[in-house]
Amino acid sequence: MTDAGAKGDDAGVDQDRRKFLTVATSATAAVGVVFAASPFVASWRPSERAKALGAPVTVDLSKLEPGQMVTYVWRKQPIYIFKRSSAVVAGLAANDARLKDPKSAESDQPAYAVNERRSRRDDIAVLIATCTHLGCLPKQHFEPGDVVLGADWPGGFLCPCHGSRFDMAGRVFNGSPASVNLRIPPYSFPTDNTLLIGQDESAAQGAA
Amino acid sequence: MASNDAEFKPGFWGWLNKRLPVAQFMRSQLLEYYAPKNFNIWYFFGSLALLALVMQLFTGIFLTMFYKVGDTTSFDSVEFIMREVDYGWLIRYMHSIGASAFFIVVYLHMYRALMYGSYKAPRELLWLFGMFIYLALMAEAFMGYVLPWGNMSYWAAQVIINLFSTIPVIGPGLVEWIRGDYGVADATLNRFFSLHVVAIPLILLLLVALHLVALRQSGSNNPDGIEIKERRGSDGKPLDGIPFHPYYTVKDVVGVGVFLLLFAVVVFFVPTFGGLFMEEANFEPANPLSTPEPIAPSWYFTPYYAILRAVPNQRLGALLLLMAVLLFFFLPWLDRSPVKSVRYRGWWYRGFLAVFTVSFLTLMYLGLKPATGAYVTAARVSAIGYFAFFLLMPLYSRWDRVKPVPERVSFHA
Repeated sequence: MTDAGAKGDDAGVDQDRRKFLTVATSATAAVGVVFAASPFVASWRPSERAKALGAPVTVDLSKLEPGQMVTYVWRKQPIYIFKRSSAVVAGLAANDARLKDPKSAESDQPAYAVNERRSRRDDIAVLIATCTHLGCLPKQHFEPGDVVLGADWPGGFLCPCHGSRFDMAGRVFNGSPASVNLRIPPYSFPTDNTLLIGQDESAAQGAA
Repeated sequence: MASNDAEFKPGFWGWLNKRLPVAQFMRSQLLEYYAPKNFNIWYFFGSLALLALVMQLFTGIFLTMFYKVGDTTSFDSVEFIMREVDYGWLIRYMHSIGASAFFIVVYLHMYRALMYGSYKAPRELLWLFGMFIYLALMAEAFMGYVLPWGNMSYWAAQVIINLFSTIPVIGPGLVEWIRGDYGVADATLNRFFSLHVVAIPLILLLLVALHLVALRQSGSNNPDGIEIKERRGSDGKPLDGIPFHPYYTVKDVVGVGVFLLLFAVVVFFVPTFGGLFMEEANFEPANPLSTPEPIAPSWYFTPYYAILRAVPNQRLGALLLLMAVLLFFFLPWLDRSPVKSVRYRGWWYRGFLAVFTVSFLTLMYLGLKPATGAYVTAARVSAIGYFAFFLLMPLYSRWDRVKPVPERVSFHA
């Protein structure tokens, strides 16, 4: 086809024009394929129903005692909510030297949780309970010097899957396969004893 | 029989062959396809892999008739198959144990290629198609494992999908797109069902067809790694070749018999195989609020899982896992040895092959154990052995003192 001299039929054919039309047709088809693929790719995104079911969750804090933890589900993710005594909060600073990201600079959390306690209020901690390594549920090991974790364990969480360890603020210890601290969802306190998971003052983050 | 005789035969046979080259196909692919005469026991596993594939398709079609996909129905429908469908337990056991059998056969088939250099020129593409089959098989097995929606199914999906979150920038968005929800959910289960029963089986069949066409083009390798096409008799037939049919078809039938015997023993007497083929945690429904302890993948993924856990950095761990799988693809170009078979290679290759074998099996064992203390250390040592086999191959395969390769295959009738 490209060799015009070889075939009598091709005499007088404008080869440049033929080449241009071939390339232009192929390119148009390629663009068409991308457009045609996009609805199929988009169909895999969370559906409207899944988004609607991701609405904020209200938690009653009035019965939560220091050292006690409750688990709620928000957007299919378990959320740990626990109350820390002032002694536990004061002890957090002592962990800094053994943590990968003590200041939460690399981790994922709302701006108001970027502090040593990783929380809005000193006593209440709210954490997304999926390990930042590969998504298992870290188990509660609040007792310092836990038998599993040794005498120097300050209290926190241990992931049963791959052994990541976190402190009482969800900050990851050195030597864990996880690289960043446990994530924190957007949350707010409409009243002193109510926690609203999934909605805070910033309209952008609230799931309406 | 001359080449086009069948077309001119009277009756139906002639009518058929004029329209469809049945006789020609049978002749070129079976009666006049010459395979090396020195095949040994390692050459059973190709045909057994094909058998496993057919068995999975067949039992899978029947399971789909009773299985009801959905986060509230999947677990119950699998129990329904096990308890209330006549012989449902048999069909389901055949399918889930068939997956393990498939991997056993495929791993032995791949190991044969490592021993006899079957990936080397002119069989690079044959090897690559085989590796793509292995990848498709891993995806197929993983998604199938999620379908019963037991607790281990749920957490396996959670962990494996989260591997993609380690990809920089696009990771978190990609994970949400794969799941179709903010967590592993009904949407995830539904799409895995579709991929498991339609998309990946089609891809597998296409790849198997390409694998077989490439095999017919270059011909089988053999335990001596000698190209039989290079030594032909006066009739043009390879001196060391014998017709595939009846010699190897009959041999493969014996292999099928032994395989089915062992398979039946597992299906009827030890279906869970001590938790290796079916894990206990999967006999309870998926629970997003309780991670099973200990969590371990199916045995055929444990070598990679052990590598993942041996690394104290999540991105590096996922990267090494990916590398551990992908390095197999590069074998034809990593190997610089002039000979194929381990029979004529020197002690360098033999040594590293032994290191690889021990490392792979050790990792397989460690992936089933908790990631603590001595287990992690052992996994790190084994991972180094695993990667050394591939990454140092361009060096040691060149240093190797190879023996002269004979002109004819060694064969004892």
